[in-house]
Amino acid sequence: MQSKKERVKIGRERLQRIIEICKAVEERGLDPFLVDVDEIIRVVREFFPDWKQPEDLCLDAEAINRLASVVKLQSEWVKHHSTSLYTDPFLLEEKIKSLDKEALVEAFLGAWRPIVELEQISIHSLKEALIYWKSLPPIRNRWKDLPHPEETGGIASWEELLRLKILRDKAFTEELESFWNELKRLVAEKGGDGKIRYWDFVGAETFEETVHRAFLTSFLVTYGYATLEVYPLEDEIFIKPFEKQQKRMSRQQLVSLPIAITHEEWEKWKRGRAEAK
Amino acid sequence: MSKRKAVYVSKIKRAVHMLFYRRHKKPGVKGWELRKALGSDYPKVLSILDEYLKPLDLQVKMVLEEGEKPLSEKPTLEELDRARFYITLRGDLTPKEAKMIGWRIDDLAGLAITIAYIISKQGKVPRKEVEELLREKLPGWKASPNIDRYIRYGYIAQDENEQLYLDWRTRAEVDQKALIDLLLSSKG
Repeated sequence: MQSKKERVKIGRERLQRIIEICKAVEERGLDPFLVDVDEIIRVVREFFPDWKQPEDLCLDAEAINRLASVVKLQSEWVKHHSTSLYTDPFLLEEKIKSLDKEALVEAFLGAWRPIVELEQISIHSLKEALIYWKSLPPIRNRWKDLPHPEETGGIASWEELLRLKILRDKAFTEELESFWNELKRLVAEKGGDGKIRYWDFVGAETFEETVHRAFLTSFLVTYGYATLEVYPLEDEIFIKPFEKQQKRMSRQQLVSLPIAITHEEWEKWKRGRAEAK
Repeated sequence: MSKRKAVYVSKIKRAVHMLFYRRHKKPGVKGWELRKALGSDYPKVLSILDEYLKPLDLQVKMVLEEGEKPLSEKPTLEELDRARFYITLRGDLTPKEAKMIGWRIDDLAGLAITIAYIISKQGKVPRKEVEELLREKLPGWKASPNIDRYIRYGYIAQDENEQLYLDWRTRAEVDQKALIDLLLSSKG
């Protein structure tokens, strides 16, 4: 003897199966008469008294709804078969396979009445265009509303760098060498192992000054006054001055190392320095 | 010219502008648009225009909305309002003319196969089946792009389950019964 719990479980499974079958017929275009409507109604009726939970009643309603869709498909199937349009798909498929392309096209042209359509402008649309044109404000007024294009990066000239106070009006090599000396001094004072943290060297009181120092540092490295040591795992970069300017070895592979000098990074460095004090 | 005749001449001109020149994304004009522009006697205007077009081998064609039953008796005004009107060819095109309007024989044969097969399967068929059938007649690589092209032109539509249906252009341009009859009576 089945317990009530088991019966409910079996009932749910059967309703679920009914929903799946009906869904497959609907979605995959299967023959709707594969579904035995009478049998499904019998099953739905058999288990209906057992449904107490709202979820079970919803499942029951969904099964009925799906079954109704299948009955609709069956009705359409009967209608289609009774119309003059009905052709046995197998017969037609065989016919299509046996006909050559020319015969297929000839048959199609006998039933095809292509639409005549012109896409040229009409008097009506010309009139509408004229009205639109008349009501359109002059371009100089419309351009006011347009956002300014974003400035893209480019090459800065020496004069521009001077104007922006990134470079000072002083011989560049002279400035670079005094900067190199400063690096050597700072390494001796604050560094260890002949090197200093990159940010401890380039960081300054103002962001503008920091950018300027980073700019000069890039030349120190490029011209062989110093080198960078990068520790990616620790996210640390050190700068190490050479005692003598190094000549570039022709066969040595040069590597570019981009270092972002952002305001956020600079603020972070400043906070860290204040905390250390 | 009587005043009444002059009114109809003017309405016919307006109908020609509306029907020949594409006004929307899809060609054709809805019945209610014609009623708005020509007045409630637009069916009469269209029937006079149809007579004028006969010697030019053109016709005014009315296509019902999808799912509506074919009109066997005189349509009601509501049915006419919902229907779409087109100017189509009245007679047949020759294969040479079809080529001249941009259709390759391969592509037309593929379209004929696709439409006929969908009709025979009650208007719904999995895309894979059509692709297999097309491969019987066309180079294999052309089957899928051709189906995409028929979809783009509005001859067929595809749902999320990759089932193909007939779309608005087939309903407007193809005499479905004639196509099946012609195919079945063709000599292979």
